Amino acid sequence: MEKKRAKWGLLFCLPFIVIFLIFQLYPILYSFYLSLTFQENSRTFVFIGFENYADLLQDKVFWQSVGNTWKIWLLCFIPQIVSGLLLAILLTQYRIKGAGFFRAVFYLPNLITAASVGVLFLALFDWQTGSVNNALTDMGLIQEKINWMSSPAFAQGITAFIQWLMWFGYSSILLTAGIASISEDIIDASVVDGANAWNRLIRITLPLLKPTILYVLVTSLIGGMQIFDIPMTLTKGTGEPSKSLMTMVFYLYNMAFKNNDLPYGATISYGVFVIIIIFSLIFFKVLYGKEDQAK
Amino acid sequence: MKKIKISHILIYILLILLMLLCVVPFYIMIINATHSTNELYTGLSVMPGDQLLINIRNMLDKVDMPRGFWNSFVIAISSTLLSVYFGTMTAFGLFEYKFKLRKVIYVTLMISMMVPGQLGIIGLFKLSNTLNLLNTYWPIVLPSIANASTIFFILQYLQSSMSEELFESARIEGAGELRIFHTFVLPLSKPAISTMFIFNFVSYWNNFFTPMILLFDDDKFTVPLLINNLNNGMLQDLGAKYAAIAVSIIPIIVVYCFISKSLTKGMMAGAIKS
Repeated sequence: MEKKRAKWGLLFCLPFIVIFLIFQLYPILYSFYLSLTFQENSRTFVFIGFENYADLLQDKVFWQSVGNTWKIWLLCFIPQIVSGLLLAILLTQYRIKGAGFFRAVFYLPNLITAASVGVLFLALFDWQTGSVNNALTDMGLIQEKINWMSSPAFAQGITAFIQWLMWFGYSSILLTAGIASISEDIIDASVVDGANAWNRLIRITLPLLKPTILYVLVTSLIGGMQIFDIPMTLTKGTGEPSKSLMTMVFYLYNMAFKNNDLPYGATISYGVFVIIIIFSLIFFKVLYGKEDQAK
Repeated sequence: MKKIKISHILIYILLILLMLLCVVPFYIMIINATHSTNELYTGLSVMPGDQLLINIRNMLDKVDMPRGFWNSFVIAISSTLLSVYFGTMTAFGLFEYKFKLRKVIYVTLMISMMVPGQLGIIGLFKLSNTLNLLNTYWPIVLPSIANASTIFFILQYLQSSMSEELFESARIEGAGELRIFHTFVLPLSKPAISTMFIFNFVSYWNNFFTPMILLFDDDKFTVPLLINNLNNGMLQDLGAKYAAIAVSIIPIIVVYCFISKSLTKGMMAGAIKS
């Protein structure tokens, strides 16, 4: 009877299998094939082996985009994990009235369309007409209007800030859930053992939070390495100033769809993939490797 | 006792500062949408003006926002329905039956959650081109049938809440497997499905990269694409520009006001299990 039913499992999974093969696995493999070709014209692709990858390794703009992406991600992720942890700890350790309300407000930016946020911040920081310059001159803090978006450091900083704004509430909710899942017994036992609040945090809460922290870290890495919406909308599609907001996926988009070089675009997408895999493994090792050695 | 109070005050100061960071940009956006372009040039006002309707009218002259909303809605609702219906179906298949490919599918799900979305984008573009599906919604909507994180989330819910006896007694009464799925599994998975429904709707609504690559015609554009088009300088009127951005964001904020509690709860529940 059960054997007879087993075919239903496959039937129920069939839509998934078909769509997965056609629209996910095939495009990924086809991208890889394209990355090994040279595009002669819009229809003809000639197989050339790994030449595109050799070009990619020599491509200064690509490496600049790698650097930009990492700079923006680190500038965003470090404040994000610190503020996320801080909020999660404060809101679980202290009885704060309205904790749920604050959590809800902090999570809101995560839901708002990134493209709209990018266009909004570009308008707010506009040199001539932006609200930020208007506010600063009204308050007498600056004499002349500042051309914010002409500074590469500022452009990367504001991008990281927007990303932080959109993701700190999300990470704090995940970390709160992680803290809530630590069993009361362990905490109680440590209180009996005489551990103070700080010791408890360092010795018990943080180590037990490792899986959650790793999850936040790796998902943030995967998302952060693919950052596109904010740099695109914040720079009107240019990546300026000084190509400081030219991120990896932005460069992929430009090469594949502006320069119509699909093979090179595919090569970049595999470059991004390799970077994500390597660093996911490194982070995993760093967070979990030490423990194994100690044992 | 006194010490606790000081720490509470510090925490509240921190929370309120963070809240201001989250709220002020959107507050200024709304205020700016109610002022004329000339007023916006002269300085920042923190009080609302009376130009909102005029700004919206000027914006609608240049940007077909109702069309964009309809397009976004069509894409988001069909993708979401497909993702939760087939997601639940796949999850149930994996949960209930012991068949050969089960392990393979399970591992595939785990891996595909780690694979970055942009990896197959060039291939998807070429494939859509070959199938004559460029500039249509099909290559945007159809992949949502295979939404790995949705399947995984619902599978976890099934594992924690479904009882085998219920299915057995239904079978004894002569119910077929499809019937069991539709009359028991779908309704009983409602808590997990509704959480995924909201999350997927929001992410499909906000999706920017894929539609940008696969759609060419303005009348097929979604809201994020129309907002991105504001940057090409077609809409010089600054007040109208703020009105456009505000119109794209405010519906999300309004809906969130009603569902924020259940949403953050659902998120916490999901996070604890995984």
